[in-house]
Amino acid sequence: MLKVRIIGVLVVKAGTVVQSINFDKYLPVGRPAIAVDYLNRWGIDEITLLDINATQEARSPRFDDIREYSKSCHVPLSVGGGISDIDDIRRLIHFGADKVVLNNVLVKNINLITEGARLFGNQCIVASIDARRISPRKYEAFTNSGKMPTGFAPAELAKKAEERGAGEILLNSIDRDGSKKGYDLELIEQVMNAVNIPVIVCGGVNHPSHFQEAIELGVSAVAAANFFHYTEHSVITVKSYLKSLDDRVRLDSYATYDHSKFDLLGRAGKEEDTVLDKLRFEYIPEEII
Amino acid sequence: MSDKKIVIIDYGMGNVGSVAAAIDYLQGNYLISNKRKDLAGADALILPGVGAFGAAIENLQDLGLVEELNQQVLMNKKPFFGICLGMQLLALDSVEQGYHRGFGWIEGHVIALKPEKKLRVPHVGWNNVNFDRSNLFFQRIDEGAHFYFDHSFCLACKEDLIIATCDYGGTCVAAIQKENIFAVQFHPEKSQRNGLKMIRNFLNYIDAQIECRQDQVC
Repeated sequence: MLKVRIIGVLVVKAGTVVQSINFDKYLPVGRPAIAVDYLNRWGIDEITLLDINATQEARSPRFDDIREYSKSCHVPLSVGGGISDIDDIRRLIHFGADKVVLNNVLVKNINLITEGARLFGNQCIVASIDARRISPRKYEAFTNSGKMPTGFAPAELAKKAEERGAGEILLNSIDRDGSKKGYDLELIEQVMNAVNIPVIVCGGVNHPSHFQEAIELGVSAVAAANFFHYTEHSVITVKSYLKSLDDRVRLDSYATYDHSKFDLLGRAGKEEDTVLDKLRFEYIPEEII
Repeated sequence: MSDKKIVIIDYGMGNVGSVAAAIDYLQGNYLISNKRKDLAGADALILPGVGAFGAAIENLQDLGLVEELNQQVLMNKKPFFGICLGMQLLALDSVEQGYHRGFGWIEGHVIALKPEKKLRVPHVGWNNVNFDRSNLFFQRIDEGAHFYFDHSFCLACKEDLIIATCDYGGTCVAAIQKENIFAVQFHPEKSQRNGLKMIRNFLNYIDAQIECRQDQVC
């Protein structure tokens, strides 16, 4: 059975991973290569790397950086930001990206999606849609890091992207970004009902139960950015929490996921002293591949 | 480990960087190339794939690589590893964006993925794969292991070639083997530890083949 992917999103601004809040404020976190390495070790299912000021600075993606990041990434790597022509896509894939994330071209040059799908297959093209709530139950899609209104409803734009050859939709809520309120389920439902391709949702996660809500809604993948920072083994903790959703998440790296105590924020709770005492003398060698 | 030379075939659309990163992790030797003479001098060949069938076969033909691959893999019996599109290209033909002829190494056709139960296409993500652990390429990999898939077309071929399947609204071919030709629909280079183990198994297979040839016992 196909598992629901848990995706780590790395928002990169000027070569540094940042935490984004409402697409407006940014807090620095650290070096992307290290973030990729850790997420990979903790058993993330996929990594999405978004270079958010490439378009503003009107430059191409930083290909050499992607090559460096992909070295320690043994899970799929999607790369977005500053992609404006076929040559950018070709070079990104050559340098270690597996998929490309396209946002601005959805309104500026939608032919790039069609052309990219023709050359690289539609499974390689991810259309990213940033949505903002404009009235109850009504949303509008934005481009340019949430600055430029498109006039399209997210569901409409998603449908259009699918028709033009996109293989996946990455749906982000601008209002929920960094809000810690959980996913905008209303928005997710609207877009999911409009398309037949997989939908990845992002924006607002602050507790593993937020992932659960979206998984139960039937999304293909759940993504989070800020949530995975500043917590050791954050991915493993999330997967232990979601273990009860039998068969919906991938649990086969070498971790046991047996932990069952969580605090109010869904972080790993403290084990009994006797258990910790035993752990002190336990040696678990890393498996040699 | 012997000093084997693996050529990762770069026909302008494969995710060669990802495959190279995986072999780097395993400390293997490789060369990324699209030149016929490099293919001729290789001990083993890897054909990665992220791309559409028609555009890929066109590029390979323009580079004169189809002919060279026929020579090296079918005649000289060099170990061959096809990944994703690199597996589909081995078929007789494909209907992805029009009708295209493949290498014709295996009796099979590439058809559109049409899962039951209205599952979404493309088939993207981690799916558990059913395989026989006694197969050389699945050694040391846990039963029911997950691998990363990303495709909207799939291979339909003779059953005796299939060594692994997965379930996505119906059975889907996950891996095939025919003598020295080994190919998978999923992406082992992007399937974490399971995938790395599989690539390690392929490296070991190359070593065994080289030894074999030197001793002339097979």
